[in-house]
Amino acid sequence: MAIMEYIDAIRLAMKEEMERDEDVFVLGEDVGVKGGVFTTTKGLQQQFGEMRVLDTPLAESVIAGAAIGAAMYGMKPIAEMQYSDFMFPATNQIISEAAKIRYRSNNDWSCPLVIRAPIGGGIFGGLYHSQCPESVFFGTPGLKIVAPFTAYDAKGLLKAAVRDPDPVLYFENKKCYKLVTGDVPETDYVVPIGKANVLREGDDITVISYSLPLHFALEAAEELAQEGISAHILDLRTLQPLDKEGILEAARKTGKVLIIHEDNKFGGIGGEVSAILAEEMLYELDAPIMRLCGPDVPAMPINPPGEKFFMLNKEKVKEAMRHLALY
Amino acid sequence: MTQNGSTQQTLRHVELGLTDDQAIDMYVKMLTARRFDERNLLLQRAGKINFHVSGIGQEAAQVAAAFALDREQDYFLPYYRDYAFVLSVGMTVRELMLSVFAKAEDPNSGGRQMPGHFGSKRLRIVTGSSPVTTQVPHAVGIALAAKMKNKPFVSFVTFGEGSSNQGDFHEGCNFAGVHKLPVIFMCENNRYAISTPLHKSISGNVYERAIGYGFPGVRVDGNDVLEVYRVMKEARARAVAGEGPTLIEAMMYRVSPHSTSDNDLAYRTKEEVDEHRAKDGMIAYKQYLTEAGLWNDEKDAELEKTIRAVIDDATEYGDKAPFPPADDILRHVYAGDDREGGN
Repeated sequence: MAIMEYIDAIRLAMKEEMERDEDVFVLGEDVGVKGGVFTTTKGLQQQFGEMRVLDTPLAESVIAGAAIGAAMYGMKPIAEMQYSDFMFPATNQIISEAAKIRYRSNNDWSCPLVIRAPIGGGIFGGLYHSQCPESVFFGTPGLKIVAPFTAYDAKGLLKAAVRDPDPVLYFENKKCYKLVTGDVPETDYVVPIGKANVLREGDDITVISYSLPLHFALEAAEELAQEGISAHILDLRTLQPLDKEGILEAARKTGKVLIIHEDNKFGGIGGEVSAILAEEMLYELDAPIMRLCGPDVPAMPINPPGEKFFMLNKEKVKEAMRHLALY
Repeated sequence: MTQNGSTQQTLRHVELGLTDDQAIDMYVKMLTARRFDERNLLLQRAGKINFHVSGIGQEAAQVAAAFALDREQDYFLPYYRDYAFVLSVGMTVRELMLSVFAKAEDPNSGGRQMPGHFGSKRLRIVTGSSPVTTQVPHAVGIALAAKMKNKPFVSFVTFGEGSSNQGDFHEGCNFAGVHKLPVIFMCENNRYAISTPLHKSISGNVYERAIGYGFPGVRVDGNDVLEVYRVMKEARARAVAGEGPTLIEAMMYRVSPHSTSDNDLAYRTKEEVDEHRAKDGMIAYKQYLTEAGLWNDEKDAELEKTIRAVIDDATEYGDKAPFPPADDILRHVYAGDDREGGN
């Protein structure tokens, strides 16, 4: 077991998978010599060579599209989108192609592809280096979407994504890269795709979230425990397919649910989680389902007060949790 | 494409390394595709099928391209008018008809996709979609795999001239040029993107776009079967020699309306269509074979009869074949969600 940063765990997952299987390769803008703009792929080209850690032209649709072609041939590409804000030119390749290849060919062809993209703000990135685009891809059958919040999950989910026979969008949180450190086994383990994870047992309220805001929720839960409020916290881990059973079980634990994500509220993943709860267990709930999300503006601004207003933090989360607990 | 001079002169197909049987087989494939296409138009007009998108007038270049490739190992990413191409790389008329009737046994998609959306892993025909040109980056990715795995195959991708305006065309060409990948891009320039004529679609020339991406672009008369074959052979040789991609612009004309849902006389004249119909590459090639002493009216009549029987059989087979069960639509979203086997 080693203590490492979230970003190191992502890199380690790629390194281990590339050592394990020579068909695994990385492609993207600046991933090679530079090792990525965040250093996520640092050192990989030195170890695996130019072909397996491929610097591509600045053109996201062909990064995704070429990866899809290679995946259909039988390779296991990991395509990096430099920022998730820049993956929209590849949306047609992801939604019309990758997601539908198995289905449209009646299981003749498949597309075992991973697309990694950094999401989230709080880094003074302004509108176009801060977005959470999950909701754009969420709801596209044929895609899997994962979003780790710890270093442990970062490694295990990426390894699972590489080994998955279908296309997986791996949304890594750029604010977590250096901020989050944790124990990461040096052994070969995977975090299964499609299973939510209970992070904390509690009796009064259930918090359902993913990615960075989970850190705020865990800290807030510690403090609220002092006030006698006991929070049950569920990490969705996989956004698609959602772990419906895990969600219902967590909600039943307390009968009060708060859903938290940085992506804006309207049309976000919280709406779907909420609908599952309403359909399956409305009369078991003791309070309205609540959501704490980014505001419904196009994206967060670069000015510090504006960014702070947009971003979630421990105080906002704690306030929302207390509000639900006291309901 | 007339053969002149004495019988001593070497025939063009022989010069190109094609045997007489191969030369004849090319014509067989063209005529099969043409008659298949015509049958589909009839079936649609008769209300037996909902939709047909035609490739009439484009068969010559398609067949030539297929014969120039290695049909044992190359990867193919055809676009929706490429019936003659897929027939030339091993798809059968029955298989195409199963797709036309959207039946369970259709190898392209199990009756899920519109006809003309080809796919067969067995034949290395890579599954395609309807948003045009998305297949170009896929071809590039497959060529990248060839380079990474040091395999001697090439990928071959076709698209219309309208498609050559899509970003995916440009992004794909550039990527392939940078990495010198073994891919052949063939634009089937049939002069129309539905109703939009060439001059409203492109101000320069498609083949010259290759210059900007650092590899050769070649324009060829798509009605000249043997010339397309020659150009394709060269492109394939370049690709396997590690010299990178080639862009081929095959000039042709879309004789049929865009699809059975299109009234083409709203935007072009019958005279224009007739003028191009007269330049049919298949007719010219038949003339060539005849003058080469490889073909005659008797053989032609026999072939027509054979093809008619094959298409009749395929039509009946496709028509009578069962649809997939309705709830089959729930299968194959992800691996392992098929309840009864799958492939």
